[in-house]
Amino acid sequence: MLNIVNKSPLDRNALDACLRIAAPGALLLIEDGVYAAVRGTAAESRITAALARFRVYALLPDLEARAVADRVIDGVTTIDYGGFVDLVAEHNACQSWL
Amino acid sequence: MTEGVAKKFMFVNRTAPYGTAYALESLEVVLITAAFDQDVSLVFVEDGVWQLKKGQQTKGIETKNFSPTYRALEGYDVEKLYVERASLEARGLTEADLIVDVTVLDAGDLGKLMAEQDVVLSF
Repeated sequence: MLNIVNKSPLDRNALDACLRIAAPGALLLIEDGVYAAVRGTAAESRITAALARFRVYALLPDLEARAVADRVIDGVTTIDYGGFVDLVAEHNACQSWL
Repeated sequence: MTEGVAKKFMFVNRTAPYGTAYALESLEVVLITAAFDQDVSLVFVEDGVWQLKKGQQTKGIETKNFSPTYRALEGYDVEKLYVERASLEARGLTEADLIVDVTVLDAGDLGKLMAEQDVVLSF
């Protein structure tokens, strides 16, 4: 399963719900969800802990738009739109945690 | 045009840019309000502080980068920009990360400032 989160972890609990419920697999952060991949925020430990159970990806264009591409947590893989398509194709299903 | 009464307008920005339209909509209303010679102040709290993050590059998401507009506010006599300290710290940000000069306030002082306003608009 490819889990997709597009909400800021500091504003909404979509990421928390995903990490609490989803079976280990892949997690893709997009839109405001990419703030979860940023070093030094109050949400940092949620992703560093999740890295033990999930392959974590963040969409680079969304990181760049928000000026945080230079402070991505170690272990998080940044991908472009082509990589997004590849991830979707590689997984049997996607779940968007809206 | 008859001279109107200037009221104290505060715009409270609590949302990150781009994920929703709130940040851009707020800026537009700020500029309109300033055009009517009102006493305007802007507040950035919670994820709203991300609006001021230096270095936004939106080409990849094919969206207008409106962050330079914050630097132009001075030209509209909008010079009162406030940021809550705890909101900055929770996001690993400092004043040096921001695109404009702001006044950093603790929550208590910000609350008092809010209480002094005639109109508060939330985005």
